[in-house]
Amino acid sequence: MHRIHQGVLRGVALALALAAPVVLGQGSTVDEIAKYRAALQDGNPAELWEARGEDLWKQKRGPKNVSLERCDLGLGPGVVKGAYAQLPKYFADADRVMDLETRIVWCMVTLQGYTEADAKKGPFGNPDRKSDMEAYVAYVTSQSRGTRMNVALDHPKEQEAYRLGEKMFYFRGGTHDFACATCHGEDAKRIRLQDLPNLTKTDGAQKAYTTWPAYRVSQGELRTFQWRLNDCFRQQRFPELLFASDGSIALTMFLARNANGAAFDAPAIKR
Amino acid sequence: MQRRPSTIILLAAVLAGPAILLGCATAPSDAETTAKATAVLKASFREQGQAKLDRLVQDDTQKACSESAGKAPPNDVAERIEKANFASIKWPADGKYLGDWKNGEKIAQEGRGMQYSDDPKGPVGANCYACHQLTREELSYGTIGPPLYQFGKSRGYTDDVRKYAYGKLYNAEAYSACTNMPRFGHMGILTEQQIKDVVALLMDPQSPVNK
Repeated sequence: MHRIHQGVLRGVALALALAAPVVLGQGSTVDEIAKYRAALQDGNPAELWEARGEDLWKQKRGPKNVSLERCDLGLGPGVVKGAYAQLPKYFADADRVMDLETRIVWCMVTLQGYTEADAKKGPFGNPDRKSDMEAYVAYVTSQSRGTRMNVALDHPKEQEAYRLGEKMFYFRGGTHDFACATCHGEDAKRIRLQDLPNLTKTDGAQKAYTTWPAYRVSQGELRTFQWRLNDCFRQQRFPELLFASDGSIALTMFLARNANGAAFDAPAIKR
Repeated sequence: MQRRPSTIILLAAVLAGPAILLGCATAPSDAETTAKATAVLKASFREQGQAKLDRLVQDDTQKACSESAGKAPPNDVAERIEKANFASIKWPADGKYLGDWKNGEKIAQEGRGMQYSDDPKGPVGANCYACHQLTREELSYGTIGPPLYQFGKSRGYTDDVRKYAYGKLYNAEAYSACTNMPRFGHMGILTEQQIKDVVALLMDPQSPVNK
């Protein structure tokens, strides 16, 4: 295991070295960035989070000293494979639509005996404090790699979450009048040189949603979809999106459902 | 006896037309969904740094543009939005629109400002390059807005164009309802002097925008 990780890190270092001299010239800049992104795919440190997440998942933890192995992610207790590709979904035991992170919190509370506040603490890691949630998510999502997105809108609460998520996507507010749709409502747009997926179209939503979570090279952390939404709203000049809030789940439902049919392909690696 | 019930059903179908066409008579109305989405959204945020919860309270323009969901609003709504926003523009007291283009370039490059992660003491920029091409030199520009290279040169260095540029920067909703562009003056993002400096970046013949 140790040797694999070293290889991964060497691969990333090499990719960064190769991509370092980005020549500025409009066409070639974009080309060089594309090459840099392709080079990054060779070694993905997300594997470190996946391995740590699997270890943690199977460890006896919490006040009740049990593992998360009996956690029901929607396909029955203990089934991790393919579960993420069907989330968010309605869970009868909680009488609520849940995304992966919310469901993990639920399992930490009901199986392991954590308080909800403790289970939700520090969902986004930094160099000083690694996040267990990011590790859990890396492991669980890796078990859906290659599985086609298949998010259902059968239960009335699933349908409602989708409708509310769609409204939230177009909600304009803050000092800058921004909505999600401001940046993600048209084809082939970019901010500076960063390409923006059109999340209102199937192919745009599929490409974006199936490549989160991702290892962010610029941050040295694996970031979950909850983090992605949280950081979008920061840039929108909104207040802070609450982790595992109903709003975050509704928006995730809207985007995940729009990605149906595409093969899930994460944890990925991004700049 | 056979005809009357079917007439009533037909009448009911006509009255309830849209709901039945959607195949779900119990679906909530669009207004109900909007109200619930707004309530859920407001309960899903907490204040952080300078970004307080009042940023989720929409004004009439934000509300109407959210409802049009990425499409152009109906003509009467667009007219209402543009008229109200135009009336709110505060024009410079000295009647001058042109500041310092060099400072304008700095403001156009500056991406910080108003995020909860930003220092409330500033700096606050307009981040024009995030969405617009402006000069030949800066290759890292976005494409959400139209290219503005040679803005003054192509339109003419007239007072009318200067005034238009000032007004558009102050409150873009006055000219194009539900535009993606922020209302830099109206929302207190930029000061009058900063707007003049950006106008100069667009309108000064010496500015790299017009080279």
